[in-house]
Amino acid sequence: MGYQGNFRVWRGDADGGGLEDFTVEVNEGEVVLDVIHRLQATQAGDLAVRWNCKAGKCGSCSAEINGRPRLLCMTRMSTFTEGETITITPMRTFPIIRDLVTDVSFNYTKAREIPSFKPPKGLAPGEYRMQQVDVERSQEFRKCIECFLCQDTCHVIRDHEENKEAFAGPRFLMRVAELEMHPLDEGGRVDAAQEQHGLGLCNITKCCSEVCPEHIKITDNALIPMKERVADRKYDPIVWLGNKIFRRQP
Amino acid sequence: MAELERHSFDVLVIGAGGAGLRAAIEAREHGMRTAVLCKSLFGKAHTVMAEGGIAAAMGNVNSNDSWQVHFRDTMRGGKFLNNWRMAELHAKEAPDRVWELETYGALFDRTADGRVSQRNFGGHEYPRLAHVGDRTGLELIRTLQQKIVSLQQEDHAETGDHEAKLRVFQEFTVSDLLVEDGRIAGAFGYWRESGRFALFTSPAVILATGGIGKSFKVTSNSWEYTGDGHALALRAGASLINMEFIQFHPTGMVWPPSVKGILVTESVRGDGGVLRNSEGKRFMFDYIPEVFKEKYADSEAEGDRWYTDADNNRRPPELLPRDEVARAINSEVKAGRGTEHGGVFLDVSTRLPAEEITRRLPSMHHQFKELADVDITAQPMEVGPTCHYVMGGVEVDPDTGASSVPGLFAAGEVSGGMHGSNRLGGNSLSDLLVFGRRAGTGASDYVSALPVRPVPSEAAVAEAQATALAPFSGEGGENPYTLHMELQQAMNDLVGIIRKAEEIEQALERLEGLKARARTLTVEGHRQFNPGWHLALDLRNMLVVSECVAKAALLRTESRGGHTRDDYPGMDPEWRRKLLVCRTTGPSEVDVEVKAQIPIREDLLELFDRGELEKYLTGDELGS
Amino acid sequence: MRAQISERTLRTDRWWLSPLLTVAGLGLISVYAAIRTFMNDYYWVGEYHYLTPMYSPCLSAECVPAASHFGQPLPELPGFLTPPIFIIPFLLGFRITCYYYRKAYYRAAWMSPPACAVAEPHKTYTGETKAPLIAQNLHRYFFYAASILLLINIYDAIAAFSGEKGFGIGLGNIILLVNVGLLAAYTLSCHSCRHIMGGKLKHFSKHPVRYWMWQRISTLNGKHMQLAWSSLIFVCLTDLYIALVASGVIGDLRFVN
Repeated sequence: MGYQGNFRVWRGDADGGGLEDFTVEVNEGEVVLDVIHRLQATQAGDLAVRWNCKAGKCGSCSAEINGRPRLLCMTRMSTFTEGETITITPMRTFPIIRDLVTDVSFNYTKAREIPSFKPPKGLAPGEYRMQQVDVERSQEFRKCIECFLCQDTCHVIRDHEENKEAFAGPRFLMRVAELEMHPLDEGGRVDAAQEQHGLGLCNITKCCSEVCPEHIKITDNALIPMKERVADRKYDPIVWLGNKIFRRQP
Repeated sequence: MAELERHSFDVLVIGAGGAGLRAAIEAREHGMRTAVLCKSLFGKAHTVMAEGGIAAAMGNVNSNDSWQVHFRDTMRGGKFLNNWRMAELHAKEAPDRVWELETYGALFDRTADGRVSQRNFGGHEYPRLAHVGDRTGLELIRTLQQKIVSLQQEDHAETGDHEAKLRVFQEFTVSDLLVEDGRIAGAFGYWRESGRFALFTSPAVILATGGIGKSFKVTSNSWEYTGDGHALALRAGASLINMEFIQFHPTGMVWPPSVKGILVTESVRGDGGVLRNSEGKRFMFDYIPEVFKEKYADSEAEGDRWYTDADNNRRPPELLPRDEVARAINSEVKAGRGTEHGGVFLDVSTRLPAEEITRRLPSMHHQFKELADVDITAQPMEVGPTCHYVMGGVEVDPDTGASSVPGLFAAGEVSGGMHGSNRLGGNSLSDLLVFGRRAGTGASDYVSALPVRPVPSEAAVAEAQATALAPFSGEGGENPYTLHMELQQAMNDLVGIIRKAEEIEQALERLEGLKARARTLTVEGHRQFNPGWHLALDLRNMLVVSECVAKAALLRTESRGGHTRDDYPGMDPEWRRKLLVCRTTGPSEVDVEVKAQIPIREDLLELFDRGELEKYLTGDELGS
Repeated sequence: MRAQISERTLRTDRWWLSPLLTVAGLGLISVYAAIRTFMNDYYWVGEYHYLTPMYSPCLSAECVPAASHFGQPLPELPGFLTPPIFIIPFLLGFRITCYYYRKAYYRAAWMSPPACAVAEPHKTYTGETKAPLIAQNLHRYFFYAASILLLINIYDAIAAFSGEKGFGIGLGNIILLVNVGLLAAYTLSCHSCRHIMGGKLKHFSKHPVRYWMWQRISTLNGKHMQLAWSSLIFVCLTDLYIALVASGVIGDLRFVN
């Protein structure tokens, strides 16, 4: 059943580091995180890795496996062949702390820059009425477990550190979309999406959607609809005129 | 040694799950400068694992529901051992706490008329759980997290500093509380990232650290659940109650081995899933205990009708309280009617159309697909009991969450009493909100009324520092991982779901041995993000808490809720009047004593039929 | 400071295959389209009234008169210009600003990024914030224009059932029908269309009809990539078939009359 698997794990910190080779036992039904834990318990007691629930629900164990951003706990060993060498590296986009652990504070900073839910005036707690069809779009985005793999894979900041200032990243542009589509939110968010959160930097190459472990359709359901809303307000005189004449609220 | 990092706050909240965040919001809204200290990243707390929902008698789906019915269900679920005042407050306040979440931006599933939808759950008489598919815990944590961000944005608008009044210290572990003259003076701990120490001076500490599941081998709990708050409270001089009651969730995954223990939500059964043994029999009909006979269907036909007509039929026995279902599964497996991997079958595939399953149970579908390669819309799941929740915890004042140590408060799983001997599904998330808020208020009031703030002594700080560094001092001692595995094995096998005196005594012996070996633990490497070192420090907590569990389990010679004694299978009304209280008696010694339970208030007793009370209460309590 | 990993990517799969196929596919189709545009012939099968979508509508004086279903309001075009010059900007514009094609050529042609988690070769990146790429926001105008051209193509496809000898059905008719079917599916599945039809609403529950349309379009939208490719390739095949029949290389397979 079990076999000896070959692994290359990046070890080091801000001062430097590199890939180290390990041979570790692999058993049936295991995921990559199990192997990392065995490595910790038997060969490298101080190997740093971040994890919590081990069930794909908390989004802590984000890393890159064979160069692809993945959750360590949701990557089954059976997806690899026995002879294959599996390379495990920390997320590239964020500063390294140690081994597989990165400093993800960028994401918390960005979260603070998104204005919060603006509750409707005149409605007391318990008086909120919303239809299921109206909450479903935002509910999809609220499935997000904040693993930040979309932020990691997005080339806008992965390949261009200098864009971090201007760009909120897919996770937080999706947060803007979530609030924009919230049936009772009263904050106008479209202009800010473009002007403050860097929606225009997104070139919809869909890597965020590809890596999302929750299979949220970030690009199709959040980013593109936000781009279309921006187009409504800023680049579509017909819609603009229609809204002016009929005083319509979409 | 480098200068020690120092902070000063009005209120410290340890733990950033539902209870901790709700407490922090409340303290901040009372004007307190508040800090949240959490072991993991902000937003990763174990609350995200809660799936089913938040129990609150809003009556949106069945208008017969009320706080009285919820209170009754909670007391029944806990076999009347609950702190009745907590159960009362909980049942009364839960709806407000859910509605409040909507004003923070939460998006629950809706009823046709646009209100918060509610689902059925084990032990709840009416559909009561506000939910979002099967990821309610995530919704709760994210909503509270975003509320905190929104408060920080308000503070930023006012002061230019997001963290002026409310600051989150993430990946920071508290290793000791600091007490001066019997009062809380602060907390000491280390940054996970750098291993550097920090001292927090604060007159009030709210513990919201969750449970102790990591002391058991098969558990649904994450690595954080090492009983930190329980141990911190003990060492600070507070007492723990009900530690013998551990909930084994009936349905954890059993295969593959690496995910053994991971939770399968009770909603699977609430939405129609049935339990079968390897012979294909729906065995739960054989396990309806006497006290629940009138409330549960005795035929499959009636049980099935209940899903569509709950008013005229009794509910299926798959929805019995968790302790009953867990014991039933355990018995079936022991009798040789288990599955290949030692569980039973939980089948929803033959009960609901595939689309309906993926709509109602998306994360279960995902979890089984990704981790076990099982498609739950077409195949049954294999499930078995898993250590899930500790009913026991810090003994607190129901209204304020205050422990017996002035300045120390507790809320959520780390507090004890609310759930009695067994917690109902869905009552945990509501517990977090109701008592998180109350602890926030309690701590704020305490701080406001305090004339002089105690200051931690340098000697206490030095001692805490020395304790934390001890694992680096020796060489060639025990490996913390080995010790942890042995502890888990011992607790699982000897103080697990079914207990007997000899085995518990054996466990206590092993715990003594582990305690001795723990003194010579050594870890390799340095202090920067070193999981071996973190585990070594967590082990200290797990060992002391495990001892409380084992000692209380040995003393309680009856079976009730989350405590099943093979040698004392019956429930004894005399024992209902007794609480077992665990305290420290030395640096690493604990002792358990019997304490009388406060009698249930008269008007609350009147909510029950006399016939039902006779099953739980003694003759003189009934006044006959 | 990020972890120091010198490799551009550690991916071990064939991540380069998809961009390579995209470049090859788009390249081939561009060459074919260019040849046919400048050929300025064999776009009309007089006998069966087949008009290739590449030349529809044919509005200038040099068009075969029968192929000009909407008259010839424009004079003969100077120099190397041919009738498709009035259509191509819109069709090309629609496809170039299409959210799917943007993804495809940003990855394959610009290598920004070549594939997920593969470093791009550019020093700076400004996305769609500056000219000319800010013009991608004009997608919906091209959608409106493409919708009008689609209606014309549908008209052509129906008109082709009546040839010189009256009503008839040939393989060409079937091809024209499939072609407008695919074009319609591609156009309707467009992200702008999805937005305009219902996506822009905050409350679906107040607009049940638009919600119903949004749901249908969302289903189609999930196949936008497949529709983008199949409609593009099929337009070329349709054109090729008509060119072959018009030039007499092959005869049309007739089922009725």
